[in-house]
Amino acid sequence: MKVGVVVFPGSNCDRDMYHVLTDVFNINAEYFWHEKGLPKNIDAVILPGGFSYGDRLRAGVIAAHSPIINDVRKMAEKGIPVLGVCNGFQILVESGLLPGVLLKNESLNFMCKWTNLIVENNKTPFTNQFKLNEKIPIPIANGEGRYYVDDDTMKELKKKNQIVFRYSEVVNGSTNRIAGVCNEDGNVVGMMPHPERAVESDINPVDNKPSSLIFESLLTKMGVSK
Amino acid sequence: MSLEEQELDELKYKIGRNPTSTELQIVAAEWSEHCSYKSSKKHLKMLPMKGPRVINEKGYDSGVLDVGDGYVVTAHIESHNHPSAVEPYGGAATGVGGVIRDILSAGTRPIAIFDGLRFGDIEKDIHARWLFKNAVTGIADYGNCLGIPTIGGEVEFDECYENYAMVDVAAIGFGKKEHLIKNHAKKGDIVVLMGGSTGRDGIGGSQFASDSLESEDRSAVQIPDPFIEKLIIEAVLQARNDGLIHAMKDLGGGGLSCAISETADALEIGIEMDVNKVHTRESDMHPDEIMVSESQERMLIVTSIAKLKKLQEICKKFRIGCSVIGQVKSDNQVHIKKGKKTVANLAADIVANATLLDLPSKEPTYLKTIEIEKKFKPVSDYSKLLMKLIASPNIASKIWVYGQYDHEVGIRTVVKPGTDASVLRLDNGKYLSAKIDGNPKQCYINPREGAIGCFEEACRNVVCTGAKPIGMLDHLQFGNPKDPEIFWTFLESLKGLTAFAKSFEIPCVGGKVSLYNETPAGSIKPTPVIGVIGLIDKKPSVPQKISKDDCLLIIGDTKDELGGSEYFEYIHKFIGGKCPTVNFEDSKKHMKSVLNIIDKNLIKSAHDCSKGGLAIAVSEICMTNQIGCKVSLDKVPGEKLDVDRILFSESHSRYLLSFDKKNLSKIEELLKKNKVSFKQIGQFGDEKIQFIYGSKSIINLDLKKTHRIWLHALPNLVLHGKKSVQ
Repeated sequence: MKVGVVVFPGSNCDRDMYHVLTDVFNINAEYFWHEKGLPKNIDAVILPGGFSYGDRLRAGVIAAHSPIINDVRKMAEKGIPVLGVCNGFQILVESGLLPGVLLKNESLNFMCKWTNLIVENNKTPFTNQFKLNEKIPIPIANGEGRYYVDDDTMKELKKKNQIVFRYSEVVNGSTNRIAGVCNEDGNVVGMMPHPERAVESDINPVDNKPSSLIFESLLTKMGVSK
Repeated sequence: MSLEEQELDELKYKIGRNPTSTELQIVAAEWSEHCSYKSSKKHLKMLPMKGPRVINEKGYDSGVLDVGDGYVVTAHIESHNHPSAVEPYGGAATGVGGVIRDILSAGTRPIAIFDGLRFGDIEKDIHARWLFKNAVTGIADYGNCLGIPTIGGEVEFDECYENYAMVDVAAIGFGKKEHLIKNHAKKGDIVVLMGGSTGRDGIGGSQFASDSLESEDRSAVQIPDPFIEKLIIEAVLQARNDGLIHAMKDLGGGGLSCAISETADALEIGIEMDVNKVHTRESDMHPDEIMVSESQERMLIVTSIAKLKKLQEICKKFRIGCSVIGQVKSDNQVHIKKGKKTVANLAADIVANATLLDLPSKEPTYLKTIEIEKKFKPVSDYSKLLMKLIASPNIASKIWVYGQYDHEVGIRTVVKPGTDASVLRLDNGKYLSAKIDGNPKQCYINPREGAIGCFEEACRNVVCTGAKPIGMLDHLQFGNPKDPEIFWTFLESLKGLTAFAKSFEIPCVGGKVSLYNETPAGSIKPTPVIGVIGLIDKKPSVPQKISKDDCLLIIGDTKDELGGSEYFEYIHKFIGGKCPTVNFEDSKKHMKSVLNIIDKNLIKSAHDCSKGGLAIAVSEICMTNQIGCKVSLDKVPGEKLDVDRILFSESHSRYLLSFDKKNLSKIEELLKKNKVSFKQIGQFGDEKIQFIYGSKSIINLDLKKTHRIWLHALPNLVLHGKKSVQ
């Protein structure tokens, strides 16, 4: 099994994600520069956090036009698991692979803090090891993290079970406290909080097990036993 | 802005002719206080700079410490006071950028940022609020975009910074020892300018920073672009891995003038460069402007012709500029051309080495009477007083500040900001602890003891995490050095720091001097800021949640030392009194004992006692642990003092330990053996912060309410101009 970590100019959580995949979960991972294509033998793709293109214009909008996004789109259509974290989520939204938009936080400030997620959908490749409503202690770090959809789209999201994570408290003014969503097929997931910052016990002040299930879900999906 | 008359004469004498206009600009930049340290350099030599872990290489802009197993840590501190006072967002942001490139220059990846911020009284002064708010946003936008965590710092407000801003930024880097850039160059090597384009921003910035701030010269402030800086970091580290860099220097104060002349001087080479080859932002720039522009996000790299192609490929990948601007010669000259025409040709050592000054100093007259205390009105309600102090800008929680900084990126942050010192995990299984501290209120009253106090406080913070201090950074910030009284305070602070560093065997690995910090109302208070780096071989002391019936114990005597305290200055509006002093022997015993106790795993947390004294330190422990505590003031060790002095004295070398009572006897035994003054003074439980004297209740505050006020006081003031407690 091989996971591709996509690197854009300005990505800054790529090395953290790579460390977690390889050193913590023993997953074969490889970096892919945004101008390159993705090879056919990739089993999952992760778009890590950061400030692609310095967040110019709008977070994620320039990276969404990078050459590699065409390959990510093709893989998403084939049902291959795709995860976007923070800026990766913003890129997936801007490229139309996920619904909704990410607006400036209600405080208008960048926010870095620990919060809790609640699992709303445990059928995706990144949540299949969770029980519904399970809590995940996890940090957020973003300036444009307020998820927004209009009422009609909200109804659709609920109907099609596309809400994956919600915050347990009001964090940034997101619609329905949404922290993560998936596409209709469920194989493309985007989330604002950083699971790669929460899976190791020495840097997680609460509990590192719940967030680890995100990566263990992917292993399970790939048929790799622990 | 240009050279002073006698400096111009000296230059003419040294080169034997009249300088060209470009030569004048180059020399004026390099001989400025900011670049040359001409007033301070003679005296800075007194600081101990060697140690078993210190690695010295020529041409480094940051200090290097060996942390074992083939790894090194680099560290540096800088300020951006003048620019931030004029344009706080850009000034603070480019302050971060500059210090990060210093770390990068050694060939190490920056892994942490610290910032020390000081402004005027934000309760009264709307302008100070504006400066503060924008400086914080500037640091956040720059550091967050780079993906380097901002993990610590300090924020302080004092009337002496009215219409001014002190923005100090420290950074830490980490890397393999074998990857350190060993700066070298030989004839025929080429000189490359990498990164952002050279524009008209920051023209004459270093001279601007070397003068009193009289006019708001916004064009002297540089424009930040963190995205380019991020690309430079990745490109440089890739070039480093591929062995493409012979020598490297970041472009900071003085721009190309300083980078070229200092590189030539340090490596004992000549450099011939052509301003036409520099990639510029505007087409009609004069050679003088190109040479002194302080446009940000640029690196000077010396490489060979054979390696150039690979370097250009890396720059192309990251889409950053990469211009071959010159070549290495053997004549030790800095030779600047525009096409074929020479515009400057000077010996590198003349440019890079300004004549050092030996300025006169004289003890300030105000110090003769400063220790005399005045009589205060008796305090009727200590609960109300403590609440007022908890809501004061200097004491209130700074979560509004560090909550805007990404302090988790890089996944190294084991102990997060908001405690004593932050702790990072390193790749060799060890942990790094670091903290910066300043205390201008105390330094004003006693420049020597105040500076020592900052140093000890930073050490105490690091010790509380279980780390042994291994290196120090000093940032000495004062007013106009030509005033003998100000220069005396500079020398006193420096002497104090030297004495402490030598006695504790903590080498100074880097530092900066910032002079001419003058506001319209006069000089700032002496503001040395000290950074201490500590190393933890095993496990750090990560604060554990305190529970009911746990014990509170204090190490160290509380003395009648309230000069410069928050209590005197904020509550009584009185500047003066006796400044706390550090007894070196006690200080060492206490550090050793705390480290011993942490090593034996006997406590849940250690917290140092500093700003606001015992009352604030206890309140902070209660609030961060969401548990009350009852403290007996009559048990506090030290001379017999009035209640207010026990509560608010800011005596040094004091630590508060919280632990399960089953460990009390072991801790007492260890402390007795080490001949340390200590006492168990309180017990945790309930939801009240209580102080009693004998059976008399002195303070009784509701924990939840106090916590709420502490958390919200700062944003309420900054964003809404509202004081939380009248």
